[in-house]
Amino acid sequence: MTDWEGGGSALLEIRGLSKKFPGVLALDGVDFTLRAGEIHALLGENGAGKSTLIKILTGVYRRDGGTIRLDGNDICPTDVADAQRLRIGTVYQEVNLLPNLSVAENLFLGRQPLRWGLVDHRGMRRRAAAILADYGLSGVDPATPLGHCPVAVQQVIAIARAVDLSAKVLVLDEPTASLDRREVEMLFRVMRDLRARGIGIIFITHFLDQVYAICDRITVLRNGRLVGERRTDQLSRLDLVTMMLGRAMAAGAPMRRREAVARRGVVAFEGVGKSRYLHPFDLEIGAGEVVGMAGLLGSGRTETARLMFGLERADSGRIFVDGRPVRLRSPKDAVRLAFGYCPEDRKTDGIVGDLSLRANIILALQARRGWMRPLSSREQEAIAQTFITRLDIRTPDADRPIQYLSGGNQQKALLARWLATSPRFLILDEPTRGIDVGAHGEIIALIEQLCAEGLAMLVISSELDEVVSYSDRVLVMRDRRSVRTLEGTDITADAIMAAIAAGA
Amino acid sequence: MTRRFLPLLTTTGVFVAGYLLCMAEFHNFATARVACNLLTDNAYLGITAVGMTFVILSGGIDLSVGSVIAFTTVFLAIAIGPLRIPPLMAFLIALAIGAAFGAAMGAVIHALGIPPFIVTLAGMFLARGASFLLSTESVPITHPLYAMLNDLSLPISGGRLGLIAIVMLLVFLAGGILAHRTRFGANVFALGGNPASARLMGVPVGRTLILIYMLSGGLAALSGIVFSLYTSAGYSLAATGTELDAIAAVVIGGVLLTGGYGYVFGSFVGILIQGLIQTFITFDGTLSSWWTKIAVGALLFSFIGVQRLFQVFWSGSGDVDTA
Repeated sequence: MTDWEGGGSALLEIRGLSKKFPGVLALDGVDFTLRAGEIHALLGENGAGKSTLIKILTGVYRRDGGTIRLDGNDICPTDVADAQRLRIGTVYQEVNLLPNLSVAENLFLGRQPLRWGLVDHRGMRRRAAAILADYGLSGVDPATPLGHCPVAVQQVIAIARAVDLSAKVLVLDEPTASLDRREVEMLFRVMRDLRARGIGIIFITHFLDQVYAICDRITVLRNGRLVGERRTDQLSRLDLVTMMLGRAMAAGAPMRRREAVARRGVVAFEGVGKSRYLHPFDLEIGAGEVVGMAGLLGSGRTETARLMFGLERADSGRIFVDGRPVRLRSPKDAVRLAFGYCPEDRKTDGIVGDLSLRANIILALQARRGWMRPLSSREQEAIAQTFITRLDIRTPDADRPIQYLSGGNQQKALLARWLATSPRFLILDEPTRGIDVGAHGEIIALIEQLCAEGLAMLVISSELDEVVSYSDRVLVMRDRRSVRTLEGTDITADAIMAAIAAGA
Repeated sequence: MTRRFLPLLTTTGVFVAGYLLCMAEFHNFATARVACNLLTDNAYLGITAVGMTFVILSGGIDLSVGSVIAFTTVFLAIAIGPLRIPPLMAFLIALAIGAAFGAAMGAVIHALGIPPFIVTLAGMFLARGASFLLSTESVPITHPLYAMLNDLSLPISGGRLGLIAIVMLLVFLAGGILAHRTRFGANVFALGGNPASARLMGVPVGRTLILIYMLSGGLAALSGIVFSLYTSAGYSLAATGTELDAIAAVVIGGVLLTGGYGYVFGSFVGILIQGLIQTFITFDGTLSSWWTKIAVGALLFSFIGVQRLFQVFWSGSGDVDTA
């Protein structure tokens, strides 16, 4: 396209942007440049700072330092409407339009054409039809309620509204997350058209294929810092993944390798999947085996865990426990089968903050027994004490509300919750996220200990070194699909990164 | 498009069927007089139902309207009687009080983020209490203007459409235009659809909320004026439970209780259905008037059930079961 190299027409220049939250430096002197007529991917893992950057740009947060210049003028958006006035439009993953209003009303809300003071519905529909035709949606009747349109069409309508409000900078925050391939193509056509019209587009996505399909440039953030800005055609996938995940230990010597155990299939998944959610996968995990799962954010790791635990209902495949087919349609079934799941977001999906440590520990066991057969308080106390000692949970007493414990101790309590049910299969999603370094080591030691006791485990982690250290096998996920299985001495951080980066 | 109108068509169908049934039972039912009385007797309820329609369309609720009606009647009786304020002046003051009261509730709902249910519940007690403060007894209104206004009517083939019925019809007309043909109306629907999205799309949420409750309060006061004309008295126990009748009429009229979907005309049909049941019971003469409540309850229940079904069918796949 145009000459991007010269930095000729920088549309948006962010320099030295900083944002502090209590205890965290979310953005640390980040630079970002968006040129007119380019599609610029903003990439990074969880906590990299991309959503903070976008929220500052759209006026949701105020920055603590740095400058933002749009067309050479310093700007400081105060809220979303203000950002819109400054000609920065945003489209989110969840469409922020009104499903109960018609397509035309959604396009024109707040600026409906009037005739004699009243909304001119006919004129509005006519103009909406013209806009829709511009975006290749001439088949959509402007009078249809928006909620009846497919999500992809709603996304395009959201974009059309943002652009029609005279956006110069368009932020697309994971707009493709819930679209299928054909719908993504439609969205890409629209994005290319807008690029040709000179609009600068910031595109956030977890799908690397999409980055390479449409983006001119890539900026990578990690841990709140800028890693670098590259032209897409000059950056290999492997380099990109390395930028995103960080340089792993060069000599990724395998830490400790167990003998490949003769796998007695405890839990086997055959072709389990769900359309638009996760491609079918096969996996067999034996007693005493730890399977690690690696992949970028949004690659389908947590989705796999949710299907395995019945939180999402698979629409294909079969599941076997000890060779017998089982029914797994809800978490209740999973608990009955003696599965356990420690979810990624401890605070919202795991702990019950106001309840005591003891109550949190016995929760799953009590649920499995059913509420008709309550554990006596003596039994509760005994169980809680056993695990507090065994997992070395540091707390003044078992009655302390769990929200006052540290992240590491909360994580141990979650583990204790499932261990109390004597599970045969345990899924841990990012067990070491957000806990301090010391607790890291303890959790990892626990994983190894549990596995030695004959538990089958699936551990999802972004910390490649950790995955390498405790896994018997590593499953690599990409684009909602299990793409590679590494075994034995093949398990190295470099091999995992190569597998994540490989692909069409 | 037709499926958008389905709840409305259902309601209208029920009304027409009901009317035909009544006509088959009682021959006098077909007269213009019955039809006019149906409108006149329910004028105050209809006016307040228009305000309630806006509130419910925006996803809120206003429990204070019955008390505001009672307060207005007592206020008018005192103002016109002992205080000797000219009736038209008193009407204006009453409207201003009602609108200001509603606006204040809207401001509290917006500024403090308290659910409308709680705020208007408090408003309900406040307004009812205030009317007791003015007078605990029924105060008759004997101003000549009242007699004159009550005599004003439009003769329609044997029946006469009273002034208050005409006022109600005009309020419905104006309400329909306001809801469906103005930017304010679109904002009301937007709030009912999804307040967070509405804010992101630049809808002035605070202003719209305040205007909605101001409209509801003002119309409740107008309804109080009509009620005082209708009864020629002011009584602090008047219109008890009217807020619930109004909500019932709105919901029977096809407005979704969660907001965002519906038509002002639907509420009109809702009022007619309630009035029809009442008239039927009066005609019958043997049934207790409580049967009105039972019939309305049954209707309400079935309409909400039907609405839920429509919702499930419309939104297609996942949307509803995750809600």
